[in-house]
Amino acid sequence: MKITISKSEYDRIYKHALAERPNEACGLIAGFDGEDGIRNITKVYLLTNVDHTNEHFSIDPAEQLAAIKDMRRNELKPLGNWHSHPETPSRPSEEDKRLANDSKASYLILSLQDESDPVLNAFHIENIDGEKTVRKEELVIIGG
Amino acid sequence: MRITVGGEKRDVDEALTIRKLIEIDKVETPEYVTVSVNEEFISKDVFDSYSLKDGDEVEFLYFMGGGR
Repeated sequence: MKITISKSEYDRIYKHALAERPNEACGLIAGFDGEDGIRNITKVYLLTNVDHTNEHFSIDPAEQLAAIKDMRRNELKPLGNWHSHPETPSRPSEEDKRLANDSKASYLILSLQDESDPVLNAFHIENIDGEKTVRKEELVIIGG
Repeated sequence: MRITVGGEKRDVDEALTIRKLIEIDKVETPEYVTVSVNEEFISKDVFDSYSLKDGDEVEFLYFMGGGR
């Protein structure tokens, strides 16, 4: 699946992730699935990592609930989540895979391993025959 | 009675428990689901005994987390 995210929403993720270092940062993504098969992220939610560590993240459930209600009010579709890897590459860790339980979701990971070259990737994670299968999705940052 | 689940209104049987609603809705991986009723989070310990009331607003939230 091809996914788009505006430069301004990407910048919000990047700045929040930078500010939260050394801890992992996290949040939700919302938007719409176009009839052309392209998934469009139009709003990101910057939520609290209640683990407050550089090794794990857990999204604050109360903030998650508030974000879901905001999406509903704004007729946006929940599309998945995002989190940062302050020190490791942009790929799902074993724990990321284990805790990815929504096969319809897109999972975005921003690596800040090289601060001068942040890398944002999107992944589809699905449980197939008891094994988590990861597929990288095409992610395009649009706009200036 | 009428309750709201995930923003959608539904007519359900009286005295429906959270556990039964999870079963009816075929919620995937329920061990990773947090349930709120009228914006209050409900302990998993009482899913079997918590009876929903007319007008309740229920949300299923999947735990979202991971690690490096």
